[in-house]
Amino acid sequence: MRAEGVATVVGDDVDTDVIFPARYLAVLDPQDQAKHLFEPLGPEISEKIRAGGVLVGGWNLGCGSSREHAVTALIGAGARLVIAKSFSRIFFRNAINNGLAVVIAPELAEAIAEGDRVEADLAAGTAVVNGVPHAFPPLPPELLALVSRGGLWSPRAA
Amino acid sequence: MGQTLAERIMSRLAGRPVAAGEFVEIQPDWTFSLDDGIGLIDRYLKANGVERLAAPERVAIFYDHYAPADTPLHAHVQRVGRLLCERFGIDRLYDVGEGISHQIAVESGLVRPGQMVTNTDSHTTTTGAVGAVGCGIGAAEMAYLWAHGALWFRVPESVRVTLNGRLAPGASAKDVVLSILKRVTARGAIYRSVEYHGDGIGQFSIPERMTLCNMGIEMGAKFATVPFDTVTAEHYRNLSIDVGDPPRPDADARYAEEWSIDLATVEPMVSVPNRVDDVHAIGTLPEVRINQALLGTCTNGRYEDLAVAAGILKGRRIAPGVRMLVTPASKAVYKRALAAGIVEALVDAGCTVTTPGCGACAGIHQGVLAEDEVCISSSSRNFVGRMGNRTARIYLGSPATVAASALAGRIVDPRSVTEAVS
Repeated sequence: MRAEGVATVVGDDVDTDVIFPARYLAVLDPQDQAKHLFEPLGPEISEKIRAGGVLVGGWNLGCGSSREHAVTALIGAGARLVIAKSFSRIFFRNAINNGLAVVIAPELAEAIAEGDRVEADLAAGTAVVNGVPHAFPPLPPELLALVSRGGLWSPRAA
Repeated sequence: MGQTLAERIMSRLAGRPVAAGEFVEIQPDWTFSLDDGIGLIDRYLKANGVERLAAPERVAIFYDHYAPADTPLHAHVQRVGRLLCERFGIDRLYDVGEGISHQIAVESGLVRPGQMVTNTDSHTTTTGAVGAVGCGIGAAEMAYLWAHGALWFRVPESVRVTLNGRLAPGASAKDVVLSILKRVTARGAIYRSVEYHGDGIGQFSIPERMTLCNMGIEMGAKFATVPFDTVTAEHYRNLSIDVGDPPRPDADARYAEEWSIDLATVEPMVSVPNRVDDVHAIGTLPEVRINQALLGTCTNGRYEDLAVAAGILKGRRIAPGVRMLVTPASKAVYKRALAAGIVEALVDAGCTVTTPGCGACAGIHQGVLAEDEVCISSSSRNFVGRMGNRTARIYLGSPATVAASALAGRIVDPRSVTEAVS
């Protein structure tokens, strides 16, 4: 599984309330959810993710509430790849189960700055940031297979 | 090699001995969902043509986040959920007014020691209070579990938390868990199962253990649990439920980390905006004036919490200009507080009592904050915008701290009120 794009960088302990506020939880379509992505922080982050497709976080990305909207709103906005130093476990599960490429890589996340061009090969555990190669431990094979085929409900997952 | 409680419970579900780090395909004992997740689950089931559920008897649905519905859209998804229950033969629907899922699951005895609970709610760690393990999961995977009856999980490493000694007067289980958060941070237990042990654990009732386990998620934990003991046994005896001989962790179980807490040193603590782990001893805070006080939620909305607040507020009035909201965690909590005169004492003191459920905690309804307002809350999260406004500031403390602060109009040490330490 490969993914690429231009990075939008956020900090440590970014919680799912900030990614997707609870008052919109009854919004079910990912395209509609995307309109509220990162709403408490203003429109800029969401616009950059739409344009670049890659979100880079610090430690504990997606902490707090279990709302999978935090992942599906990202997908609805066109995000293809999320890299972080570490993930909250529920956000991580939601990403895998919905087919959003996630990479756990402290050094790689540290090396990426806002606006950098990033390419990642999840199976190989390699990434290129502005032309510079990096390596990271690939996901366990079970999870790599699941995310690669588009998640639990993908037509390809039968 | 001995097993942790998480390993023992997941081994039973896997039908073979499993250890931390392994992946398993299992059907948890319970697969709960809520009004804020049921619309998505319905969407997944319909889109994929699911006609029957693998185990509807393991499903329960709780209406706690939108209860009662405050918008047409929220009313709609609650209706969708009711129709879904009819369609799939789901008998357990705890509708508007019944209360918070975790509270009902524990107080009614629905969840038993040794079980594994999944729920589309991160605070499902709360159910670990009765020697079970519980974790939040997403809606896609819950729908998948309902349809297929098994899902991947990773067996977590465990942290052994030893609570030693006795709490001082005026300190509470909330202050204990805030103290732990201060020490280990919001990333201190990511992917791990937090197991509470020690000679001090016996002093904590089931409601207090629920508070300890509830905020396990704020450390990033998958599970937080208090292994079965005489306190748990009494809880089920009072409910006339036979739980047999529930699993407990082995003495030689392997733990990734061990933390030790001296309970006698725990003081009233407050988590300040906008991080749950930015925790300070209450005496070290500068003056913080408040607009709202919230007593309730899955963290601290139980009978004992309301009783502590009523003890402080009875015969007094909350400060002018302060609103105090009281949201009982369940109908059972509400009825018991009514019968004991606690609700009357709180209302006489100037409190507003709302429908049992999650209340204002998630910023959906029943007491959201205006810009720049300040709230002292017995809940578990103070993230930016959590209670509906990005410039509002949320401080987290114990029920005693919430009540004492409502009285003073600013955040104060509950030990300054005689009734809080008696």
